[in-house]
Amino acid sequence: MTFINYASKEINCKIVYYGPGLCGKTTNLQYIYNKTAPESKGKMISLATEADRTLFFDFLPLDLGSIRGFTTRFHLYTVPGQVFYDASRKLILKGVDGVIFVADSQEARMEANIESIRNLEANLKEHGFDLATIPYALQFNKRDLPGVVPVDEMYRILNYKREPTFEAVATTGVGVFDTLKSVAKQILIELKKR
Amino acid sequence: MSADFVLYEEEFKHLEEALRRLRQEANAKAVFLIDKNGQQIASAGEIEQFDTTSLASLTAGNVAATDGLAKLIGEREFSVLFHEGQQDHIHISIVAKRAILVVIFDDRSSLGLVRLRVKRASVDLEKIFDTMAQKSDKGAGPGGPASPFSEITDDDIDALFGE
Repeated sequence: MTFINYASKEINCKIVYYGPGLCGKTTNLQYIYNKTAPESKGKMISLATEADRTLFFDFLPLDLGSIRGFTTRFHLYTVPGQVFYDASRKLILKGVDGVIFVADSQEARMEANIESIRNLEANLKEHGFDLATIPYALQFNKRDLPGVVPVDEMYRILNYKREPTFEAVATTGVGVFDTLKSVAKQILIELKKR
Repeated sequence: MSADFVLYEEEFKHLEEALRRLRQEANAKAVFLIDKNGQQIASAGEIEQFDTTSLASLTAGNVAATDGLAKLIGEREFSVLFHEGQQDHIHISIVAKRAILVVIFDDRSSLGLVRLRVKRASVDLEKIFDTMAQKSDKGAGPGGPASPFSEITDDDIDALFGE
């Protein structure tokens, strides 16, 4: 749910990174944090277990610049990907404006990817959202690993509505900002239509 | 996408006024009003010492998790949360079903005083939110500001992303 503050001239939007456990959601955010200028980002919060697995969420506020005198701020969240954290995933999706699905390109994780997209669809529905209409991008992460599933096969299996799709290596940053820009742009275009 | 939350200058001033009054009457260090999605709406007091963006996000997460717990045990919600520290304490309450009121206080105040003043302030804040909701339903009106998106072009959006 976009927050438009006429007093401080700010537009605030929420983007959630979704995907199965260890797919690279937190890595995406960490890369964005490390590469963003200090004046354009806030503090990154990670609520994680001792083993560095996301427990509740990661959060990173970003300023993307001004548009018609309004500062556009995007609040990036990741959800915990492990299956048993579904209750927490539902909470983080509240008020979402756009979603980035991070898929793990390894063959052994394809089933988990499929299950996670189904989970995303169901959890969005609980909040009154529809994956078919919400700003959305699909990222095929870990393209650098040996023996990953070919991109066209991943697309065939995972794409939902011909959404923008990006190949990525989140550890080195390949595809990370492209994916983010794609969803941020979709959100602004969607807001323009209303 | 769900409906936007729009805050106009007039209502922002009223909210700030209500928070300033609350902070004074409760002898609090700082008072924040946050929306349930984790965005700060307004604040008053010694806010410089706090990372307000993180505070808003964490508080919303806290409330959301607690809401989840409440439903698990058959309660509609836990409307008040209190965290007691060594020196500073946090009182969290829900206002107008959509906002979170956070009061940070130390030994210059007391939980009882904060609860009393929060109860009164919540009534004022709810009235302001009602006005905002009515305004939003009617549309901004002829005298109100146009949506920032009404004149945004595709080129504006591309320029934001350096394209």
